[in-house]
Amino acid sequence: MTMALLTQRSRREMEEHRFHPAVLILVPLIAIFLQVYIPLRFPSFDILNLPVLIVIYFSVSRRNPIGGTLLGLVIGIIQDAMTHLPLGINGIIDCIIGYLAASIGVRIDVDNPGTRLIMNFCFILLASTLHVLILRRLIGVHEQWYGLHDLVRALVNALVGVVLFALFDRLRQRE
Amino acid sequence: MESFLSRYRNPLVLLAIVLAQLLGLAVQVRRPNTGKDGEQTRLIRYWVVSAFSPFERAFLFVGHGVSSTWHNYLDLRHVRQQNQELQSELNRIRLEQSSLAVDAREGLRLQKLFGFQHQYIAKTVAAHVIGTSGTDLSRVLVIDKGSRDGLKTDMPVITPDGVVGKVRDVFPHTAQVLEINDQTSGLGIVLTKTRLRGILRGNAAGQTEIIDILPDERIQPGEPVVTSGGDSVYPSGLSVGTVERVVNDPEHNPYVAVLVHPAVNLSRLDEVLVITQTQNTMPASMEQDLATSEQKAADILAQRLPSVPPPPTVGPDGKPINPNAPPPPVRPPASLHPDQFTPDATPPAASLTPGGTYPNQVYPAQPPPAAAAQATTPASPSSRPAETAPAHSQTKPATAQPKLTTPQSKPANEHPTATTHLDSATPASTTEHPKPVHHPAAATSTTTGEEPQN
Repeated sequence: MTMALLTQRSRREMEEHRFHPAVLILVPLIAIFLQVYIPLRFPSFDILNLPVLIVIYFSVSRRNPIGGTLLGLVIGIIQDAMTHLPLGINGIIDCIIGYLAASIGVRIDVDNPGTRLIMNFCFILLASTLHVLILRRLIGVHEQWYGLHDLVRALVNALVGVVLFALFDRLRQRE
Repeated sequence: MESFLSRYRNPLVLLAIVLAQLLGLAVQVRRPNTGKDGEQTRLIRYWVVSAFSPFERAFLFVGHGVSSTWHNYLDLRHVRQQNQELQSELNRIRLEQSSLAVDAREGLRLQKLFGFQHQYIAKTVAAHVIGTSGTDLSRVLVIDKGSRDGLKTDMPVITPDGVVGKVRDVFPHTAQVLEINDQTSGLGIVLTKTRLRGILRGNAAGQTEIIDILPDERIQPGEPVVTSGGDSVYPSGLSVGTVERVVNDPEHNPYVAVLVHPAVNLSRLDEVLVITQTQNTMPASMEQDLATSEQKAADILAQRLPSVPPPPTVGPDGKPINPNAPPPPVRPPASLHPDQFTPDATPPAASLTPGGTYPNQVYPAQPPPAAAAQATTPASPSSRPAETAPAHSQTKPATAQPKLTTPQSKPANEHPTATTHLDSATPASTTEHPKPVHHPAAATSTTTGEEPQN
């Protein structure tokens, strides 16, 4: 039993990717900046959810559920602060996404582009669902569920995520 | 216990963090009846906005620098032609404004009479849009002006095209603007044709709609929508948009929702104006603008209508006219059917004796129809202004005509009164005419009517 745990932990630690602290700070901040600035020039850009993609990538790569939860908390609160809605809506969503992404990263191979595409699609769809639920049930804002629009949003984000993740892979620190 | 905590450490941490945020949400959701954040929440927003706004300003500065260099120094083709087009458009708008000025002043007098309070925009602050919320679930803009520029919460934000929204949160150098197409916004509006009032807000798709309005066939697409001023935030009369279509609102039967196409392109805003001060009287700049428009409109009309003759400087007898001399007495026109009421047809009252009779007058025979038709044209246009004719006919009611044609039933002492009335009516009706002359449209029609005579 102990042998099996040790094997699992060492395997997880072997596959755990490390990043420079500056990357962990700057990349999320740049993503949030682009998310709030680019829609000024290209209004359709707000279909993307770059902060959530960042949470997914770093959570999956670091394979640490608590780390993913905390990363989601920080990014989500910053996202909320840029809106007029109560703080915590995106915080809750990103926490859950970060935790689930890190948990999945331990179990499956997430370096495969196909896996990344499906994973991103599912997580963005989950984020949209959580958003609607929180707004309707907790905040009292009548938010509609746009089935087709949310599916398109999830697909677009999944595709962009695959490209972004390939770029972020170059920022990994080699052992 | 220790093994339980270590085994479920990750989900427990997630649960604790989510629960803490849920509690935070509950506290914030209870508060927003005031429409403002709590102190802690505001502090977090302030930190985040302050951290990002310098970068947004820098990007905006660079972008505007490049754009202005290109547009102001390099891309100047067709500027002269464009200038001419704008000049002609300005003249046209001045004419329109001048024609509306009389109505506006009339409206102001009536408003004052009935005690209505109209809010005029007295002071605005121009601001650049430097950011958004980053999500289509929150229609918020970030502008580069804050409390140090005099901004406060709930100040209206507009563009020359119409309403954008209102200031929601103010920081020292920046502010958040809640757009009218956000779901949590609300704006009192009135439909200009049907005069129906309602509340406009955004829906989940980012469209603006008037809610809780009863079905009304008079609401047609294209009807302009303006602010009503009833919400104590926006001054009345600001353009909001036009009616797009009426849709059913299944959640609020029997009400319908009226979708409104915003007058402002809310997704592409570069500069906005924040209304920082309003006043009840018309601002001096607006008064001056109106006066300038009226003066310019008169000049433009004078150029376009060369047939308007200048005032004569020499009289019909060849002598120069003294402009300070009193005007000659105005005489009524020659009568077509002279009778005892006709001026100078009866002897003066001083020569009559009470109870006596005056000699029968011999009136000229009624002219034949052809001659009568010819006689309808003014006998002496120089002595009778053309505009007195319609005025004379307007001031004399049609029912008075039979009385004048049956003089036998009237006592003799009423004759001078009737004559005096005719004499005094002519200048009185003439004094009514300067008002439409100020009105360019009326002046145009009046002058055009005179052209055949000239």
